[in-house]
Amino acid sequence: MTIHTGRGFAAINYPIGMNLGGDPSQALVHSNPDGKFTVALSAIDLGQGMKSVTRQIAAETLGVPIEDVYVDTADSDTGPHDMGSFASRGTHRMGNAVIRASEEAREVMLEAAADELEVDASDLVTDGQGNIHVRGAPSRSITTMAASQAAQFKQGRTIAGRGIFLVPLSDVSPETGEMSPVTTFAHAAMLVTVEVDDETGEVTVTDMQSAYEVGRALNPKLVEQQLRGGAWMGMSHAAWETTEPHYPERDHRPEDFNSYLMPGPGDLAPHHISVLERPAADGPYGGKGPGEMCANPVLPAVVNAVYDAVGVRIDDLPVTPEKVLRGLQSNGGAKPRKAL
Amino acid sequence: MVKKPVNLTLNDSPRAAFADPGQNLLDFLRREIGDLSPKFGCGQGTCGACTVTIDGQTQLSCLVLAETVDGKEVRTASGLANGATLDPLQDAFMDHFAAQCGYCTPGMLVSARTLLDRNPRPTRDEVIEAISGNLCRCTGYEPIITAILSVAEGRARA
Repeated sequence: MTIHTGRGFAAINYPIGMNLGGDPSQALVHSNPDGKFTVALSAIDLGQGMKSVTRQIAAETLGVPIEDVYVDTADSDTGPHDMGSFASRGTHRMGNAVIRASEEAREVMLEAAADELEVDASDLVTDGQGNIHVRGAPSRSITTMAASQAAQFKQGRTIAGRGIFLVPLSDVSPETGEMSPVTTFAHAAMLVTVEVDDETGEVTVTDMQSAYEVGRALNPKLVEQQLRGGAWMGMSHAAWETTEPHYPERDHRPEDFNSYLMPGPGDLAPHHISVLERPAADGPYGGKGPGEMCANPVLPAVVNAVYDAVGVRIDDLPVTPEKVLRGLQSNGGAKPRKAL
Repeated sequence: MVKKPVNLTLNDSPRAAFADPGQNLLDFLRREIGDLSPKFGCGQGTCGACTVTIDGQTQLSCLVLAETVDGKEVRTASGLANGATLDPLQDAFMDHFAAQCGYCTPGMLVSARTLLDRNPRPTRDEVIEAISGNLCRCTGYEPIITAILSVAEGRARA
């Protein structure tokens, strides 16, 4: 029995969003008389941080403190239309819609403030602390709350904005299937080290080194959290998880957590993450979004590492001990690539 | 079938309710008592989302008959915070981004608190063992392990 070590590399381009129906997202933003803003979205935060990121984007665009923005993603029956939280589209699509809605709401807020200050709205700026003042004259100032109350009770104005982000639907070539489904791509490169036991066929990922290019990382801690969790799931897809271990035979398929194989807290590989920030021209403040891309480069990198370690080329995921052993058998034993 | 009265101490408060015959503790806590912090994940003792302690021992509440906790002391994640003051573990979970969807978090917190109460300075391996019955599908576990170790090393709670 020998433990063989191998290294594998993979690089990916990952499209943000998709082509279906132009992939639209809508956002509605309005202020209450207390000067605080509500952003209504129908895309759901599954824990990936959609609420945090759209809240940052709205506060930045409106020019108000982040504490003054509430993001409501409660109900797709009553909220504005959205395609949903998938296709790694959240930050990019909803973020762009939130920017447009916030710009429109900000314009009305400044008009309301201008009426109260008896100045031109184009001379007004926000300080991000809840105040609106004349450019260069901070003493000519009104709070966002006072402006909102004036709009509501005196001027009869709704401080509100509508936003949509829609990519023109790309025609599909009937000959080739060619189309332009997306407006931007994220990228990643991954280097993994594995150990392969040539007696049991077991594959263990022992180290992961990655670089992810995500546009601007709008919330760096959330980006790191997604990359760490997503890459772990990629490792799990590469070497552990399957609902059909003996496809097309349905026997012995897992039906619950007892029989579905997945790594636990004792099955982690150290993951060294580098985030490359290259703001996207059409992204909200340059953001693209990590999304599904977190997991994708791990799978081909693991397969390549197994090939490097024992010379077995596996083209069917996950890499199970059985597949490794069958490969070793048909190759007449382990053939480490570095020995060649 | 007759319902049974169950008197228990839940997070230091005396509570009483009627349990249906065969009702498990998870269902009892959520429906009869109204503590929604233990979660239903698998219902078969595999995922750990329903983890509580009974007389100081971690238990999977989906596998415990409600009537068996009569006279016992049960603790759940909702007993960790003291009013607005969070348990140091809860602060650490936030600081280290140890939750994404949050469904495993109450069970993780109960397992981690029980470990630290028994062993205030656990090793990384001891932390891993303590949470090995709690499944998480979002974080990749590393932020959770880091959060628990930060409380242990910081001795944030005597």
